[in-house]
Amino acid sequence: MKRKPFPWHVVVFLAPAVAIYSLFMIYPLIDSLILSLQNKDPDGAVVFVGLQNYQTLFSSENWSKPFWNAFWNNIEFFLYHMLIQNPVGLLLAVLLASRIRGGWLYRTIIFTPTILSVVIVGFVWRLVLNPAWGISQGILDAVGLGNLNQPWLGLENTALPTLSLISVWQNIGIPMMLFLAALIRIPDELLEAARVDGASAWTVFWRIQLPLILPTVGIVAVLTFVGNFNAFDLIYATQGALAGPNFASDILGTFFFRTFFGYQLQPGDPYMGATVAGVMLLIILTGVLIYLFAWQRRLQNIQF
Amino acid sequence: MRKWLVFLFLSIVVMGLTGSALAQNKVRLTIESWRNDDLKIWQETILPAFMKKYPNIEVVFAPTAPTEYNAVLDTKLKAGTAGDLITCRPFDKSLELFNAKHLDSLNDLPGMNNFSAVAKAAWSTDDGKTTFCVPMASVIHGFLYNRAIFRELNLQVPTTEAQFLQVLQRIQQTGKYSPLVMGTKDQWEAATMGYQNIGPTLWRGETGRQGLIAGTQQYNKGGFLQAFEALAKWRPFLPRGYQALAYPDAQNLFAQGRGAIYPAGSWDIATFRQMNPRLELGAFKPYTFGTASQCVINDHPDIAIGLNSASKNKEAARTFLAWVATAEFAQLYANALPGFFPLANVQYTVSDPVAQTFLSWRKECQASFRTAYQILSRNANPNNENDLWNASAQVLNGTFTPKQAADYVQSRLASWYGPQKGK
Amino acid sequence: MTRPAWLGALAVHVALLAYSALALFPVLLVIVNAFKDRLAIFSAPYALPNAQTFTLEGFRTLQATANFPAYFLNSLLVTGGALFLIILVSSMAAFALAEYEFRLNTLTGLYLAIGIMVPIRLGTVGILQLAVDLNLVNTLWILILVYTAQGIPLAVFVLSAFMRQLPRDLKDAARIDGASEYRIYWLTLPLVRPAIGSVLAISMIPIWNDLWFPLILAPGERTKTVVLGASVFLGQFVNDYNAVLAALTLAIVPAVLLYFAFSQQLIRGITSGAVK
Repeated sequence: MKRKPFPWHVVVFLAPAVAIYSLFMIYPLIDSLILSLQNKDPDGAVVFVGLQNYQTLFSSENWSKPFWNAFWNNIEFFLYHMLIQNPVGLLLAVLLASRIRGGWLYRTIIFTPTILSVVIVGFVWRLVLNPAWGISQGILDAVGLGNLNQPWLGLENTALPTLSLISVWQNIGIPMMLFLAALIRIPDELLEAARVDGASAWTVFWRIQLPLILPTVGIVAVLTFVGNFNAFDLIYATQGALAGPNFASDILGTFFFRTFFGYQLQPGDPYMGATVAGVMLLIILTGVLIYLFAWQRRLQNIQF
Repeated sequence: MRKWLVFLFLSIVVMGLTGSALAQNKVRLTIESWRNDDLKIWQETILPAFMKKYPNIEVVFAPTAPTEYNAVLDTKLKAGTAGDLITCRPFDKSLELFNAKHLDSLNDLPGMNNFSAVAKAAWSTDDGKTTFCVPMASVIHGFLYNRAIFRELNLQVPTTEAQFLQVLQRIQQTGKYSPLVMGTKDQWEAATMGYQNIGPTLWRGETGRQGLIAGTQQYNKGGFLQAFEALAKWRPFLPRGYQALAYPDAQNLFAQGRGAIYPAGSWDIATFRQMNPRLELGAFKPYTFGTASQCVINDHPDIAIGLNSASKNKEAARTFLAWVATAEFAQLYANALPGFFPLANVQYTVSDPVAQTFLSWRKECQASFRTAYQILSRNANPNNENDLWNASAQVLNGTFTPKQAADYVQSRLASWYGPQKGK
Repeated sequence: MTRPAWLGALAVHVALLAYSALALFPVLLVIVNAFKDRLAIFSAPYALPNAQTFTLEGFRTLQATANFPAYFLNSLLVTGGALFLIILVSSMAAFALAEYEFRLNTLTGLYLAIGIMVPIRLGTVGILQLAVDLNLVNTLWILILVYTAQGIPLAVFVLSAFMRQLPRDLKDAARIDGASEYRIYWLTLPLVRPAIGSVLAISMIPIWNDLWFPLILAPGERTKTVVLGASVFLGQFVNDYNAVLAALTLAIVPAVLLYFAFSQQLIRGITSGAVK
């Protein structure tokens, strides 16, 4: 019996992708994780310290307070997206799925902010909300709510909600598109039959459309989670690296940036920076695993 | 699809070609700086003067926004992409760069003897033996005001705290102008133009500052606490929505004549001259207090320039640095950028009257500089300078009482800094 | 069912129109004011520019200090180069995973899928060091390679799912005719065109818009992308509203025009990939 020749072509097919991916993604990630297990000793030599950096991050008040502040802010940031961006995106998708005339135009326009750079979006909104320019004041005056105007980005209790809403404004196109794609796939006969039976649009949505697009709801949720816990640009472009006021808009991305690169007179700390990155990695992986095991398992027959 | 792929492929080929096509015959130096406000002046006045003298050297001024400068510079230095010449922040920040071998020693640079040891102190090692940046200028803190508004409202320039608050009240009563133009969104103005501006008089300048370093004085006692209390009195006079006003927004408000008094650093003079040449600028020095009548100004060594150790054009870079140490540069710089006062012991005259006013305070008052710059900000977390920004902004936002702010700054400093431990 | 149908349709239009206005308003506001002088920007922000207020001052400042056409070319090269590489190497890997049964098949697939969940940014520290070691700092290549690595996981995932569904008989027929495996791969590509389209669409936007890696890996003047160029310029001219608005306009308009031109393909790509 002749042995099969070694399947060189499989190697050729796989090698470029695996090489680029390993070198520029996996290796740097591992490198960061190793860095998080090191620190400098008093003489300035780099030494292996095990999990000590992680311990410092969670037990030293100087580190744990800003970390948990950033963590809970990040949760809040995520909740705004889950409670506003995704439901409103779903609503827009349902409206667009009703075969309305000019639907493609609405779809194109509503998706426009999504294609813009976060930096640009952050700056544009900074101008619009800027008390010195007075755009938001003018608009609120026009609808008779002038005294509701606030320096939204400058107050501790409004900065993060405002930034979350800006982010929602920009990213709503993505859930809208994903929901729309799922809705379009629902057979027309199903919806027609329900309407003939006298079901209202509301009933149709709850009884037919929503159950059928549940897998997409899960995907949107996990995409939102990964995106939000990896966010940085918007806060940085709008509030700067100090994520003010008083760190009210600090999320893990900005906390990582400040820790790693330092700020103003604050020296950067690559070891603690890598530690923060390691914890972020853990958080994101936990979220994704919860999704895979809890959500996916219930919807066995669904594929991405 | 195929068309697209062909296009992409061609793009890559073109990219490969253009990379090698850009050859140069001149030596080209790049200056890293945070002075983005001065871009035009460097491009149109200072650099042409140098390049006229040294036609074989081309110098490019490439500033980054002040708030991002340190992070961007650190990244570039680590990555080996930083420019040949590095604009140096004073004290620890640059010392850190020198210790990390990113900056060359400049002890043997011709012209270094034009600077006194005091002028060089902010850019020398702790033992004073090695200097690694050529000092360029110091800045002085104080207040700018709109003379047209003062004339219209018939106001006198205040010299004491009581007069200052009275003037603010008068402006507020007329309702036409913002009395005091400053925002707290970027945080640093509150500390730099607020706390560190009026504070030195209260903590008696160098006595207080060195007391902090020695551990004999605390941020939550005496003059340092009083400075937070004095700062809190500004709160009612700030413009509407000041919590969301960034530094450039405040500059725009004042430049457009919508506000009367602007807590300033002398570097703002040049910016306002450029933003609105018709603005009638005046200046008055930090006011004194009933309990502290000897004025102390914040005369802060602010800016210097050093040589990137990784530069490939060191000879040309040293030529430029030597030129920075000359009287020609001092004269040019002082007048191109009124409000930056050269540190070289050479003759120069300042022609801008407002800049002259600032300079004249050196004769009337004692001098000190920002408290967190020397030694106290060596720790990453908590960092004294960041804490001062945060606390000062919170005092103005009303989310901290002066006492809370002072305790916050002090307890965080004491958490790591030996001489302050337990205080 | 007494409510007339047109009333419902009207309500839907009103809702969609309102949201469209919200989506476009800030963008339009910036573009309109970019062409007005400073006084008019502040005194009448909603007015269109007229003969008295029209100015190109901001654009002149921009032209004198920032080379936007070059930044734009850099962005095109980086995005184009990365997309080309993503499609090329991912389709090859996806083909191998979908076509052949070998011992490490599942493991390789899982290995490549990790990257879908883990943001590459967390490896920034290592990437920077790697870039320094490879002498690739301040080149467009490092950006292309990093974005390719970032795009591979999802691309392999989507493409292999597609390729698994291709009928076997076609490929077997080709094998009987003596075609090499490489030739069969090449023949497969046109069949997965919709999937390639969606990979392009999904990967393009984050690459074009990224600030992080250009800021850290290629901040040099010659390698600046549009987003970085605009960001640096905004930092430099932050108190000059004319210049700021002009820079924002130049960063927005070409991207939006390109988007409108290709929006049908782009949206179709995103939706079909998501469905698959």
